[in-house]
Amino acid sequence: MSSAAQVRVRAVEAPVTDFDPYLDSVLDDPYPHYEKLRELGPVFYLSRYQAFGLARHAEIDAVLRDPATFCSSAGVGLANFHTETPWRKPSIILEVDPPMHGRTRKVVGGLLAPASINKLRPTFEREAERLVDRLLARGSFDAVHDLCEAYPLKVFADAVGIPAEGRDKYLLPYGDMVFNAFGPVNERFQACLARAQAGAIDWIAEVCKRENLTPDGFGARLYQAADEGLLAPEEAPMLVRTLLSAGLDTTVFTLCNAIVSFARHPDQWALVHANPAMARQALEEVLRYESTFHSFYRTTTREVEVAGVPMRPEQKICVFIGSANRDPRRWGETAGRFDVTRRASGNMAFGTGIHGCAGQMIARLEGEIVLTALARRVKSFRLEGRPVMHYNNSVRGYKSMPVSITAA
Amino acid sequence: MPKITYVQPDGERRSIPVDAGATVMLTAVANGVPGIVAECGGAAMCATCHVYLDEDSQEVVPPVSEVENEMLESAASGRRNNSRLGCQIAMPPGVDEIVVHIPSHQV
Repeated sequence: MSSAAQVRVRAVEAPVTDFDPYLDSVLDDPYPHYEKLRELGPVFYLSRYQAFGLARHAEIDAVLRDPATFCSSAGVGLANFHTETPWRKPSIILEVDPPMHGRTRKVVGGLLAPASINKLRPTFEREAERLVDRLLARGSFDAVHDLCEAYPLKVFADAVGIPAEGRDKYLLPYGDMVFNAFGPVNERFQACLARAQAGAIDWIAEVCKRENLTPDGFGARLYQAADEGLLAPEEAPMLVRTLLSAGLDTTVFTLCNAIVSFARHPDQWALVHANPAMARQALEEVLRYESTFHSFYRTTTREVEVAGVPMRPEQKICVFIGSANRDPRRWGETAGRFDVTRRASGNMAFGTGIHGCAGQMIARLEGEIVLTALARRVKSFRLEGRPVMHYNNSVRGYKSMPVSITAA
Repeated sequence: MPKITYVQPDGERRSIPVDAGATVMLTAVANGVPGIVAECGGAAMCATCHVYLDEDSQEVVPPVSEVENEMLESAASGRRNNSRLGCQIAMPPGVDEIVVHIPSHQV
């Protein structure tokens, strides 16, 4: 540790660590690292990134529920939009503070509220049945491509109302880039941005245009909201883009994490298989145990103390929500165990507070429906090879996962 | 000590002592009160902590906010005039008791 760092230690009164959350080797299995971070104290300092870090549930919950002090308008990655040029025009819902946030959130929230999305249930269920038919006919397949990607690319993209052509090629790389930006501007992000610039960004801009959307989807309804004066005309395509970037990769990875968790814990699948009505509760435990989101940032708006540690304004704070979901202080001594009988609501996988994921109920709907369809007809999953991680700065999922399934 | 009283659809009552600021939702979850699902954990996103606020408690808690008003439209068991989201009701200082009635279903 350098002398400069030691001076800083005294100034911030927080333990300093040179931990790098973004290394491939850390992303392979972050949980032992999270345990060390939680044991360092309620607040620590990430010397590599000059950011504070929080890894315990209580402090993360408090910070995410106080958007006036811990804002999002400076970006939710490491870069501070107040002092650095953003990599893209900031999102008008994610990277904005009240009161502007509330105006946009109201429109998107209404679109994705249970009363609105429950109308999609019959369609989503029919598609899940078809998918499970195909998978059972094959017996073995790549769970990432053939199941976890196939389902949201069909049902969610249909619900938004974009054309089918190009989805599999461009949608996931676009979201990958957006979620990499929730971390540092590192090689992983730069490579992803370069790939997206080679096609996905242009394709997304094209499909978000009004004339390319189905007349009754979420996308068209955002344009209607603009017609009604609830949004500025140029904001409608931006929010269609938000739905596409936020709503695909995350659900794909949640499904990946479900399949890998059940393949590795056959006793837990046996419980869900015996009682498919448990699917929704089991999905919640997947979200807790293998959080889709692992970390992102908030920025201080004023001088503030967190757990006694003084912070200056414009200070970045990394919240490790994947760690909060395994914190024994919140979940007890069995926090590290995958247990579908647990009451897992209150987990941080979707964040919390005013920026809590606006799409969380449609994500749950998709996950519940897929798990229910599988629970009814699949007796067991078997990994037929090592699942290959998809490395991303903020979300956790897989690139490929060879599995075989046994019919019930 | 102030208390929140939960009345189940079958009439069973349970009172839990709380400090000012405690929410109806978090108190229920922490004490295992059935019928408060709270999937979103208190972000006013899921409408699964829907309760009917007792008539006598109406005046002691702040009115429905715009966000809560929108989300109540998604309540699984019908919305009534006294519908609230448990996550948005905090025990006000100086109040002795809040009584809430739990609906028959949340999803």
